[in-house]
Amino acid sequence: MKARLSLTVNGEAHDVLVPVHKTLLEVLREDLGLTGTKHGCELGECGTCTVLVDGAPVLSCLALPVDLAGATITTVEGMAEGGRLHPLQQAFAELGAAQCGYCTPGILLTAQALLADRPSPTRQEIREALAGNLCRCTGYTKILDAVELAALRIGVPR
Amino acid sequence: MSEDPRGSFEGKHEFTVIGQPLPKIDAWAKVIGETKYADDLFLPRMAYGRLLRSPHGHARVGRVDTTRARALPGVYAVITGADLPRVRFGILPVSQDEEALCTEKVRMVGDAVAAVAAVDEETAERACRLIDVEYEPLPALMSIEESLAHPEVRIHEYGDGPNVHKNVSLQFGDIEAAFARADLVREDVFFFEGNTHLPMEQHAAVAAAGPDGKLTLWSSTQTPHYVHRLLAKILETPAAHIRVVATPVGGGFGGKLDPFAHEIAACRLSQLTGRPVKIACTREEVFYIHRGRHPVLMWIKTGFTRDGDITGCHLRTWLDGGAYGSYGVASTFYTGVINPVTYKMPVYKFEGARIFTNKPPCGPKRGHGTPQPRFALECQLDKAAEQLGLDPAEMRKRILAEPFTKTANHLTVTTIGLGECIDRVVEASGWRTKWRGFRSEGASTAPSEPPPEPGRAGGARARTRRGIGIACSAYLTGAGTAVYWNNMPHSGVILRADRSGGVAVLCGATDIGQGSDSILAYLPAEILGIDPKDVHVHPADTSLTPVDLGSYSSRVTLMCGMAAIQASQRLREVIAQAVARKLEVEPGALAFRERKVGVAADWERAVPFAQAVELAETTHGVLAFAGSYAPPKRAGKYKGGGVGPSPCYSYSACVVELSVDEETGEIELHDVWIGHDLGRALNPLLAEGQIEGSVYMGIGEALMEGQIFRKGVHKNPSLLEYKSPTTLETPEIHTFLVETDDPEGPFGAKEAGQGPLLPVIPAIANAVYHAVGVRCDEVPITPEMILKGLELRRQGRPARVGPARIPVFTFKAPVVVESAFGQPADAIAVRPFQP
Repeated sequence: MKARLSLTVNGEAHDVLVPVHKTLLEVLREDLGLTGTKHGCELGECGTCTVLVDGAPVLSCLALPVDLAGATITTVEGMAEGGRLHPLQQAFAELGAAQCGYCTPGILLTAQALLADRPSPTRQEIREALAGNLCRCTGYTKILDAVELAALRIGVPR
Repeated sequence: MSEDPRGSFEGKHEFTVIGQPLPKIDAWAKVIGETKYADDLFLPRMAYGRLLRSPHGHARVGRVDTTRARALPGVYAVITGADLPRVRFGILPVSQDEEALCTEKVRMVGDAVAAVAAVDEETAERACRLIDVEYEPLPALMSIEESLAHPEVRIHEYGDGPNVHKNVSLQFGDIEAAFARADLVREDVFFFEGNTHLPMEQHAAVAAAGPDGKLTLWSSTQTPHYVHRLLAKILETPAAHIRVVATPVGGGFGGKLDPFAHEIAACRLSQLTGRPVKIACTREEVFYIHRGRHPVLMWIKTGFTRDGDITGCHLRTWLDGGAYGSYGVASTFYTGVINPVTYKMPVYKFEGARIFTNKPPCGPKRGHGTPQPRFALECQLDKAAEQLGLDPAEMRKRILAEPFTKTANHLTVTTIGLGECIDRVVEASGWRTKWRGFRSEGASTAPSEPPPEPGRAGGARARTRRGIGIACSAYLTGAGTAVYWNNMPHSGVILRADRSGGVAVLCGATDIGQGSDSILAYLPAEILGIDPKDVHVHPADTSLTPVDLGSYSSRVTLMCGMAAIQASQRLREVIAQAVARKLEVEPGALAFRERKVGVAADWERAVPFAQAVELAETTHGVLAFAGSYAPPKRAGKYKGGGVGPSPCYSYSACVVELSVDEETGEIELHDVWIGHDLGRALNPLLAEGQIEGSVYMGIGEALMEGQIFRKGVHKNPSLLEYKSPTTLETPEIHTFLVETDDPEGPFGAKEAGQGPLLPVIPAIANAVYHAVGVRCDEVPITPEMILKGLELRRQGRPARVGPARIPVFTFKAPVVVESAFGQPADAIAVRPFQP
């Protein structure tokens, strides 16, 4: 059974006709061409596919678009504004927090939700916020550093 | 220009690019989600493929009936092994034992038997369930012991004995005499459980066959060149008509180094349907693809003088290889051959055997075959230090290998920065105040007794005890020989300068996140005096780029780096000639910096780089230059001497501080200090990232990661059940870069991406012992093991947890060779492919 849905993604309204059991992850990647959202397990175990729904981190592999009418969805493609990178994106690039880069979109969005909630998180709070996002490359060190740097820069705009 | 790639850079400590903490050139695309991994490719008319995999660990394959699957609407093609040429393949020429789609036998749960291409993944999946396969189950052999106990059940018909894939034995010097000279001889048995790479990106491939018979494969592979060669063989299609493109790899760690069933099936399905075909593996399938860390059982006997010097070492390893050969012959050698590189080990004997079992095949995971014996040796050193009454850090410093000498097994070692690595981590960790002697062994320390300072954990819970441990290691910077023997370059670069002042770099190297694309931009930028942003890197496309063998054995920075330096120097020379003519100076007087070429003393007249390119193109024609690199030929002159040689070796020292909860057995890591001799940090940010990632992965292997099988089935093939460290289990990692400026490396650089994993695991085991007096001679170290050890201690028995026995097994008669220990290193020969 297919459903006709209206989804607001990165500030743009999209009308899609998709099978009702198709996940948000699949609709984003396959119907909207937003391949910045990655998958690591499609079972809700790794955090790789995290997007923001009304500002909160959601595992898109477990979310169904039929439930999301009227919601505001943000993917990694929507983080930069008018060609200007989000401070998290800037810091991740500068500090080497993205190695293979595959877990990066999910971590960026989870961190964005954290900073919206707690603009000056402690390192432990960052660890706790990102505990559901697996990264196999970095040992998390540069990721924690980058979130700290971004928080600092958001607090004191350059 | 000098033969030494650095010779023309007198002010080499005034680098402008080298040594700078620059962002990776591909970081920007990665943080905006623009990087296209294999599964991000969507081509017009593309079909989606799925593999049907065996539910049996070992079975004969009978009739495969695809009638029902073919009849399903939306199915374009269904193939079995009968639709592929009857060719067996394998990454190593000596182990051609795989079929993409099994025809006679399946040897593990997860072996592929058929494949489907359909309009979408769901239809392909449904069609797979409509394929009827007749299996005649055979006994599945799930351990080394079972495989050796049942020679009548043969997993393969080849090898060095029933279910024995490889049996090797090497001896360098008189080992019995070495033990007779010792004041202390220890024999210990260790077990290292197998674990997997777990890249966040699941393997995916897209194949597109054209009506002209040409074929393109985009794949998440670490080695497009080997896949290219093997596809030609497997598909019986001329290699010249196949193009393999490695898409940016979302994590490899050695897991994407073989040709795989999904790649081959995608190609064949595309040839049959005339459509592009994508096959993206599920996470569960990635566990079956595996090629990860071998489970290895080890027996190690080492002689020591009372001062801690090693008189000789005898190591035996038994590797549980899984169902196929893969890189296993190399893995077997690697469990033995790198050990003598770290410390003075004048006499050495190594015996190793790889056994087939009906489990996913093991292969090369980060550190390839060396973390297991490293764990054994470093834990044994800790035990010996205790018996000899020595500080384990000082003991290690005393016995460091000598730079620019040969090891017992004829490996040439160049620079060694291990002493400084030890000093840095000992200093930073506060080792001297925290260590203060071993805890006494056995039951002398009652658990109720308050732990001696510094055993108390910050005065918090008395049941928690703090400990500190140290270990060291060495690793190769690139294998000295290719997977197939040849005398061609291991890495090649083509550099093209254009009139814009931009430079294009074409190289077969594959960026798996380690930053090889960036290295390929930094080195030409440094030599040509331009910005890395002016360099456009085009990697890993077999129809476009010169061969680079692949991202394995920590070879890429050194080998493609040296090739890039050579190509850059050739370009620089031609540009210098043209500019020298214009400025009427000697070419040698010219400096290249700030996007200009000129004489330092007369910099106002310096020519902008873009104009310099035009001058050179005017006189020389198109500016395209090649660089090639092959490592020095230093294979020991004995059978088996080809595995182990490397242009140079990196060194690492690690100190770990942790707490152990004596009630629950839980281990909490507090800090890891790691010193790594990487020759030179071409980009310290990237080097630190490699080291931190290695430490993290070592922590996972030490404390939680392990493949578990029950009744022939993988028990934890998911990211939830297969535990890996999160941000909460990964402690603060303090990295110290030690630079030794190795004459073999590009601008002196050695590897940084694998070696730092090695010492972490034994350092943790040694710290656990320091904390609670329990020797864990097996990893992963679980809370159950700790509690078992504590219970043994309470009973007054030796508090050791680990394997109790070794298999009954006869190794080959050894290849006996004189020890080359202490001989001067081979001179740095003139390298191949120098003008």
